[in-house]
Amino acid sequence: MKGNEAIGAAAIEAGCKYFFGYPITPQSELPEYMSRELPKIGGVFLQAESEIAAINMVYGASGAGARVMTSSSSPGISLKQEGISYICGAELPCLIVNIMRGGPGLGGIQPSQTDYFQATRGGGNGDYRMVVLAPSNVQELVDLIIEGFDIADQYRNPVMILGDGMIGQMMEPVEFKAPKKRKLPPKDWITVGTGGKRKPNIINSLYLAPEILEEHNNDLQKKYRTIKENEIKVESYNLENADVVIAAYGTTARIAKTAIANLEKEGYKVGFIRPITLWPYPYEEFKKINKNCKGILTVEMNSGQMLDDVKIAVEGKFPVYFYGRTGGMVPTPKEIMAKVKEIYGGEK
Amino acid sequence: MTVVFSKTRGLTDIPTHYCPGCTHGIVHRLVAECLEELGVLDNAIGVAPVGCSVLAYKYFNCDMQEAAHGRAPAVATGIKRVHPDNFVFTYQGDGDLASIGTAEIVHAAHRGEKISTIFINNAIYGMTGGQMAPTTLVGQKATTAPYGRSEEHCGRPLKVAEMLATIHGAQFVERVAVNNPANIRKAKAAIKKCFQTQIDRKGFGIVEVLSSCPTNWGYTPADALKWLEDNMIPYYPLGNLRTPEEAE
Repeated sequence: MKGNEAIGAAAIEAGCKYFFGYPITPQSELPEYMSRELPKIGGVFLQAESEIAAINMVYGASGAGARVMTSSSSPGISLKQEGISYICGAELPCLIVNIMRGGPGLGGIQPSQTDYFQATRGGGNGDYRMVVLAPSNVQELVDLIIEGFDIADQYRNPVMILGDGMIGQMMEPVEFKAPKKRKLPPKDWITVGTGGKRKPNIINSLYLAPEILEEHNNDLQKKYRTIKENEIKVESYNLENADVVIAAYGTTARIAKTAIANLEKEGYKVGFIRPITLWPYPYEEFKKINKNCKGILTVEMNSGQMLDDVKIAVEGKFPVYFYGRTGGMVPTPKEIMAKVKEIYGGEK
Repeated sequence: MTVVFSKTRGLTDIPTHYCPGCTHGIVHRLVAECLEELGVLDNAIGVAPVGCSVLAYKYFNCDMQEAAHGRAPAVATGIKRVHPDNFVFTYQGDGDLASIGTAEIVHAAHRGEKISTIFINNAIYGMTGGQMAPTTLVGQKATTAPYGRSEEHCGRPLKVAEMLATIHGAQFVERVAVNNPANIRKAKAAIKKCFQTQIDRKGFGIVEVLSSCPTNWGYTPADALKWLEDNMIPYYPLGNLRTPEEAE
């Protein structure tokens, strides 16, 4: 299946019946797919008047108890930031897909990873966090979409799938697998009408009294700590023996793997860390790197964003290098290999 | 002893934060009475705005969601699409609905979204301290229009009811005022018909309520109602602009 359509199929598999979105390249196959498929299962696809309206429809639907999602690409995700902040404040579960394209501004429509900061640091106002999942192939995309809905429901928090234009357009075989069983809390907080039987439920992010708002923030931070303890996902390789370790995520990580295989044939010892959760970030994984390592190379399709997290992770113990392409230009295995050889400084 | 009058079950017992003489309290009561009398209170889901009525979620005795500024119609759309059998309403002021939320209200009407909107037009931003609204009258002073609203600079005030009445999906549109008992009775009748439009699954309904803001207008409560009658009603004529029957 094509990545963008696989997202839709996986979401439906996960029980998502509601999709609110707005067209934008390079993810429009997803709303198109949902507009075709959701009516068949008694669900609702609605094309909103804007990205802002779409994310607020998600807010309403989630507050009313639905498994619900939206998707967009970089400039559209910028418009959704207000809603995302409110959704985090009101603790509403939902899935948000960002199929990233080049920026800033209107940028371009080719693949990029330029929204790492926005996704992991929060583009909206306030101290909030989203779980950010970065798949590197279509099978993983499908798996993370299905698990993402459960993570959202477990923690009453939005989950973002951060993909790039390449994964959205890529066609690969996929298999729908059941995610690991989670004990999901009952949705007794949703607005569905009191039925005259209970006190009103209220979905809200407003706390005017400073001491109450601080308490709310403390509760959110406590939840974020639990997510950090339970939900970190990372793939790594050869950290014990590597002279150079490449850190990359998403499509870039896939390209880096090809580069590593080629380098190994030439006798270089290269390791690999691929964060699958960009938040919470797998800082601990970097502690497994052997102390003789010459340096960490971060490869991204941007000007250096995850680079900051890599620097935080290595705590100054290793030099950190960066190689990135922007604007929709994709790094080649050859370019990455050259950069690794440069770090080696001519001696294997 | 026989109880001849009691407070509607549609309101909670929480004291409101509204200023003395503000007409939000009257409109809250009318909305709550209509919810109760139409038998939809227990399956109602309301959406509160940002502005003076930001805390409306505490006052209506039904499930409520608090929306971002201007986004209440989008939030209500999300709710209604998930629960088409529930009664869904928004309660919004003129900064919220007529300024930052114009896209959301126009397109909720355009889709014929089966929700009901109560729109409070008091010609000013109340909560933030009396700034100019799109509904502020020409010549009316506001903290961001200290010399009075100039038509040359800011245009003429937006007539929301007339604008929405041009949209087919808006099946019920009426403008009312709450400046005297006769008009308050008419306002209640309009709100009830508006709500009935949703119950009958006809489409979108809105009641624009001309309201007073003694605090930010700088009048006593009684003088504010007089100012409303002398200045607002001539520019914003009262009456029905659309019923489902006419829309056919």
